[in-house]
This record gives sequence, structure tokens and C-alpha cells, in this order.
Amino acid sequence: MSAILPPESRVWWKQPVDRVEGMWIALALIWSLIMFFMMPYWHVFGKQNLSNEAYRTTPEAFSAKAQAMVDQYTVRTETEQKIPVVRPPAGSDVYLISRLWQWWPILELEAGKSYRLHLTSMDYLHSFSLQPENLNLQVIPGYEGVVTITPTRAGKYSVVCNEYCGLGHHTMVSSLYVVNK
Amino acid sequence: MSNTNEATPPERIPVMQHILDNPFLLLFLGVAMPTVFYIVWGVMEIVTIPVAK
Amino acid sequence: MNTLFRTCPQSGLQFDKTAETLMKANAVAGVVFLLVGGILALLVTLTRWPAVHLLPADTFYMTLTAHGIDMLIFWIIFFEIAVLYFCSSTLLRCRLATPRLAWLAFALMLIGSVTANVAIFRGDSSVMMTSYAPMQAHPAFYLGLILFAVGALVSCFIFLGTLVIAKAENTYEGSIPLVTFGALTACIIAVFTIASGAIILIPTFLWSVGLISHIDPLMYKTVWWAFGHSSQQINVSAHVAVWYAIAAIAFGAKPMSEKVSRTAFLLYILFLQLASAHHLLTDPGISSEWKIFNTSYAMYLAVLASMVHGLTVPGSVEVAQRKKGFNKGLFEWLRKAPWGNPVFSGMFISLIGFGFLGGISGVMMGTEQLNLIVHNTLYVPGHFHATVVVGTTLAFMALTYFLIPVLFRREVILPGLAKWQPYLFGIGMGAFSLFMMGAGTLGVSRRHWDIAFAGSPMAYEYPATAYLLLGLMAVSGLVAMVGGAAYLLITVGSLLWGKKLEPVSYRKETVPLRLAPGAPAIEAHGGVGVGGFAAPGTFVLALVFLVSFVLYYFINWKYLSQTWGLS
Ligand code: HEM
Ligand SMILES: [Cu+2]
Ligand SMILES: [Cu+2]
Repeated sequence: MSAILPPESRVWWKQPVDRVEGMWIALALIWSLIMFFMMPYWHVFGKQNLSNEAYRTTPEAFSAKAQAMVDQYTVRTETEQKIPVVRPPAGSDVYLISRLWQWWPILELEAGKSYRLHLTSMDYLHSFSLQPENLNLQVIPGYEGVVTITPTRAGKYSVVCNEYCGLGHHTMVSSLYVVNK
Repeated sequence: MSNTNEATPPERIPVMQHILDNPFLLLFLGVAMPTVFYIVWGVMEIVTIPVAK
Repeated sequence: MNTLFRTCPQSGLQFDKTAETLMKANAVAGVVFLLVGGILALLVTLTRWPAVHLLPADTFYMTLTAHGIDMLIFWIIFFEIAVLYFCSSTLLRCRLATPRLAWLAFALMLIGSVTANVAIFRGDSSVMMTSYAPMQAHPAFYLGLILFAVGALVSCFIFLGTLVIAKAENTYEGSIPLVTFGALTACIIAVFTIASGAIILIPTFLWSVGLISHIDPLMYKTVWWAFGHSSQQINVSAHVAVWYAIAAIAFGAKPMSEKVSRTAFLLYILFLQLASAHHLLTDPGISSEWKIFNTSYAMYLAVLASMVHGLTVPGSVEVAQRKKGFNKGLFEWLRKAPWGNPVFSGMFISLIGFGFLGGISGVMMGTEQLNLIVHNTLYVPGHFHATVVVGTTLAFMALTYFLIPVLFRREVILPGLAKWQPYLFGIGMGAFSLFMMGAGTLGVSRRHWDIAFAGSPMAYEYPATAYLLLGLMAVSGLVAMVGGAAYLLITVGSLLWGKKLEPVSYRKETVPLRLAPGAPAIEAHGGVGVGGFAAPGTFVLALVFLVSFVLYYFINWKYLSQTWGLS
């Protein structure tokens, strides 16, 4: 008689489906398929997709590449800790280290140009949260993720860490500059 | 099952109803699906990530 | 086996005496953790309210770790075990399989949950419930979770064993009730969930005591979420089963179609657990093919199932109400529903809140690319407070008002307060979730002690609206907490001081469930409704839902398209 009792008759599979249910199932199925195909569609026609490029890495190997970039392209330093601000050429590989509780170095990019951004962590998990754009990428120690980014507008941005990474998590924030040529 | 005093022989149970009435078959399906598609496939992707140059 | 049974004079349900005690024990343990988690929620909320900023950072992170675990794991799963025993032993009128083992399982869960709490409150396990390696907690933290998981797994097998006994001893005829089928779905998902938890937590425990040197962080995160997220799918299945149960109890509603509802549960069994991928969408090294297939539950078939349940539960209520004569227009059945009965109002608010707030936001942020604009922001806890608090917790609260007389044989105290409780809790929590999601879209991080970044040389300044939203979030959280406190007061108070209902006598044998002899094949619901639609009001509500869903979904694609290019 009800949902807390066994179905009234032995065979319930053959009960005809009500019109309300039938129409709703059809609508819901169509919507489900639309949502599903939006994702591959965006891979082909959209401009915001993650590459599937990633490598296994070590803190030493990654630091060496970041250091080489810093040595070559530093334009100034900021804060008492003298964190280098690097301005790598458009189209190049840029390396951003995350560690307790700092992003290193500070990047200065050109609007409208693309860069291959490499991200890893030296210790715990961190997460790259670009504000106020609100773009968020997980950063995992031992793995180097690569994504090509194309800043749209010039301005001063911030990189917040939004993966809990211990007691200083809420102090892990850095700047990122986008300039016009 | 008590087929009381029905004159006709009991109606055959449709296949889908049989499946839905079998908790251990469902348990198998419910464990196998995510194990294969989520865990096994996912772990395979992770172990095949190449080493950085 | 000397099993004893009683029949509840109010509901006609039959209880096995040991199962009854076990249900009580598990439900009470759950409610105790809800109390603990609720106090922690107060502290966490007052800290995330920038104007109050109550706790220091280390205590905040410790408290947040405990809030997550005590609520999401201990409160919910203890209560779910009670629901599993109810749906097997009580609904099938059967003795519970291996009651001694069930007590052992309960003991393991209790010891495990206390151990994990001790580890957290020592202060050296503030790793959040996710405990992402290589951040390490005290070994007792992992050990506690493992013991709890083993206990819960044993309870799942006791549920399955009870199904076997019921069939073998012929305590029911035909198929198991729909609600039991929903509980079976939850149980199956729980088996996978807990097994994944064991696969990852056991090595992590060994690592924490120094027996294993390294845990791969990405591997950990992947397998952990097979546990962490699937655990939410247990909740979804369990609370959907509770919705069906309440529709049946409060209205005598019968499922619109056994076939449709059970097939929807089958889709849960097959696909729901794949959604653990939601948590890995911005992670490096996992392909888009894997992400798209898993995050979409294989083409959103499990979302389809949820949309079906969301229609058939109120639809069955509508049909039942219309048969009672509330057949005017589209919505008389809803206007004349028992809004003062917390069993019904709690269920209905849970259903609406889960669908509109939790469901839509969840599907949006579970989309591979859209996840980029919400990952790890407050949007995420905003979403899951709508699912697991408004959805699951409120559904369980509603069921409690039914269980107090039926299971505990007490009258509910403070009925006036009970009437308002679901509104306070549900609406407070709904607003809380919305404001939290709002702050998340402005980029405010989750699990973050200080959005002003005091002391950082490069502090980021969030827009003033973010501060306003966090304030509103906290105030709505306080309203919800008043509702939560009312629930605890009523529940605990009724068990201690509620008027005892007339004693019932136990007897040795069960009264099996029998089908009416020669019952005809189930028919469609002729006679009620408008224009050939049995539940037109529900259909209109469902269309409103669909339109909101479509609009919100595409608005977020629009947002995404305006941000930086990524490829
Ligand atoms: C009135 C009730 C509640 C309020 C006001 C509340 C408030 C909060 C707040 C403010 C956070 C912190 C978000 C952050 O900083 O990231 C949080 C986190 C959380 N809450 Fe609640 N909560 C309540 C009830 C619940 C319930 C009933 C559950 C589960 C059934 C729950 C599960 C969680 C979880 C899992 C987290 C995330 C912990 C983490 O990030 O590790 N909450 N809650
Ligand atoms: Cu960090
Ligand atoms: Cu962090």
C-alpha cells in the first residue's frame, strides 16, 4: 500500500508509467545529455580548459628551473623578504613555487599574451587562487601541472592559497602583475 | 511464496524485477562500477604520469 | 535464538527487541555527536564572521577539523546505521541478523569516534577531515577513523544479512518495500565507501607510525575522495529513502511507480559514486576523459535519478492528498498539507532545499570547467551545507519526531517548539548556504582563518560585499543553530522527561507481512489530477526547478567565459 510496505502485487514492473513521470524523465534526460555534452563542447570551442599536461617532479628539479627563470628575468624585488619580481618573455615557460607559506617568485605578465605556467609544491598541498578573477587550481607536491594562461586585463592581481596548508595558511598570499606592453 | 487460491498459474517475474530483487547482484554492480571507472582508471592515469624533463 | 517482538499500537510497525535497543543506541550516539558538532559549529561560525573573529588560528583549525568529522562522519553515520536497522528488521518484520556482532560494531564505532576526537583535541591533528598527505596527524586520528569504518562496515553486512534472513524465513512476500530498497542502495554505496576508506587510511596510519616511508599525495587524494565523497552519496540515498518513508507515514502515500523509483535507485547504485571526481577537477595529471566521465556520473544519469526522486516524492504526496479530496486546482493539496507537523514540514523543506540549493549548485560546480571558478572557495561548504545539512540532517530530524513515540515510546515534549523547529533550522541553514556560496563566488577561501591576511606584506583586499556576506552568513547560521538547539532540546528532553506511552508486551513470534490474496496488478492512478496528469502541481514545481537549473547553469558558463584564457 505504501513505500514502507512491499509492493501490493508480486509483479510491479509492468505497471504503466504515469504521464507526469514519463514527461519528466524525458525532460530530465535531455537536460542531462546537454550538460554532459557541454564539457567536450567547451574543450573544442571554449577558451577556459585545463591542459592535461603534467609531470612527476621533485622539489630540487623544479626549484632549479624556477631559479634559472628568476636569474634571467628578475626586474625588481618586493617586500622585506626581497621576493623577486620576474618578467618572462611572452610565450615562455614560467615556474611558480608554492611552499609554506609563500608563493615564489612574483610574476609580471603581459596582457593578451600566453604563458606556460608550471605549478608545484615543495611540501604540503596548496591551491592557486587568482583574485579577483577567482580562478582556482590545485597544487600537489611531487607533481608539476602545466597550463597555458592568457591574462585578459592589466592590473594588480593576488594569488591566495586556498588549500588548507597548516597554521600559516591564511598568510599565504602573493601578488601577480599584468601589464600592457 | 503463497499463491493462495489463484486459478491461473503465477505470472512470470520480468527480468528487470529479478535484478532489482537481488541485493547481492546489486552489491556487486555497485562496487564494481566505481572500482573500475573511478579507482582503477584513476590510479592508472596517475602511475602513467611521465617524469619531468 | 530467543528473539522477542512487539507491535507499535500507533504505527502498526513491529520491532525486534534487540534491534530496537541497537537503533536507540546508534541514534542516541548520533545525536550526541550532533550536539558536539553543533557547539563546534558555533565557534567556527563566530570565527568566520570577520566582525567577531572569535578563536585564535590554531584553535580555529582544530575546531574546524573536529566539526567536519563529528558532523559529517559520526553524526550522520551513526544515525544511518539506526536507519538501516529500522529499514531491515522493522520494515521486513524480521529478527536482526547477529545482534551480538551488531553490538560489537557499535562498540567499534564508539571507540573509534572517541579516539579520533581525542586525537583532534590534543591539538596535533588539525589536518581537516580530508587529512591530505603529506600533512600528518597523530596516529590515533587515523586509527579512530579506521575503527569507526570497520564498525560501520560490519553494520552494513548485518543489514544485508537481515535481508537474507527475512527472505529465508518468509517474513514478507514479494519484493522488499521501496524504503528498504533505498536503504539497500545506501548500504551498497556504504560498502564501497568504507572499503575505499580502508584502502587509503590503513597505509596512511602505517605511515604515521613510521612503517611506510611515503604516501603519494595525488594517489591519496584520489582514493580518499572515493571515501569522502561517496560517503555523501550514502547520505543522499538514505535521506531519499527517508523522504519516501515520511510520505508513506504522514500521508499513506504510495509510490507513483515502484518501477520508476526503483530504477532511479538502481542508477544511484551504478553511477552515483563516480562523482568523487568532483574533488579532482583542477588537479594535475588526471585526464579530461576521466574527469568528464566520472564527474558527470556517466552522462548525469545519477542526476536524472535525483530529479526523478525529487518529482515522485512530492508527486506521491499530491496523489494521496488529491485522493483525500484536496483536488482543487494545482496546489490545494500543498496548501492543505500538515505544515504544523514537523515530520512533514521537515521532510518538505529538506526536499526543496536539497534540490534547489544543494542539487543545482552541486551539478554546476561538478562541471569540469566550471569548477575552476569555485574550487576550494566558500562556495564548496555553501553547497554541502545545503545538501548534507538542509537535505540529510533535516530529513533525519523530521524522522526523529516520528521515532520518538514509535521507537522510544515517549511523547514529544514542547510540541509548540517542535512545530517551528524545521523552519528555523531549514530556512536558517538555507540562507546560510546561500550567503556562503555568495562569498565563494567573490573568491573567499574555505578553511581560512583571516580573509584580511593580517600581517602578510601582500595582503589581498576582498570587496566589502564579501565581508557583508560573511556577516549575513553568520547571522543565518545562528538562526539555524537555534533550530538545531531546539531539536536537541526536544529530542533529549523527550527521551528523558517525555510522557511514557502505554507499555507494550513482547511476544516470541513475528507477524509476517502478506500480500492481499489475488491482488490485481497495480494500476495507474485513475481518477485524480488535472487533464490526465495525476500530479499536475508537482509537475509545475518541477518545471520551475528545471528552469532555475538551466538559467543558473548557463550564467556560470557566461562567468567562466569572461575570465583568463586557459588551455
Ligand atoms: C547550524 C548548523 C551549522 C553551522 C552554522 C555550520 C557552520 C560551518 C562553518 C562556518 C564551516 C566553516 C567553513 C570554512 O571555513 O571552510 C563549516 C564547515 C563544515 N561543516 Fe558545518 N555547520 C553546521 C552544521 C553542519 C552539519 C550538520 C554538518 C554535517 C552533517 C556540517 C558539516 C561541515 C563540514 C563537513 C565542514 C567542512 C570542514 C572542512 O572544511 O574540513 N556542518 N560549518
Ligand atoms: Cu598554501
Ligand atoms: Cu593554504
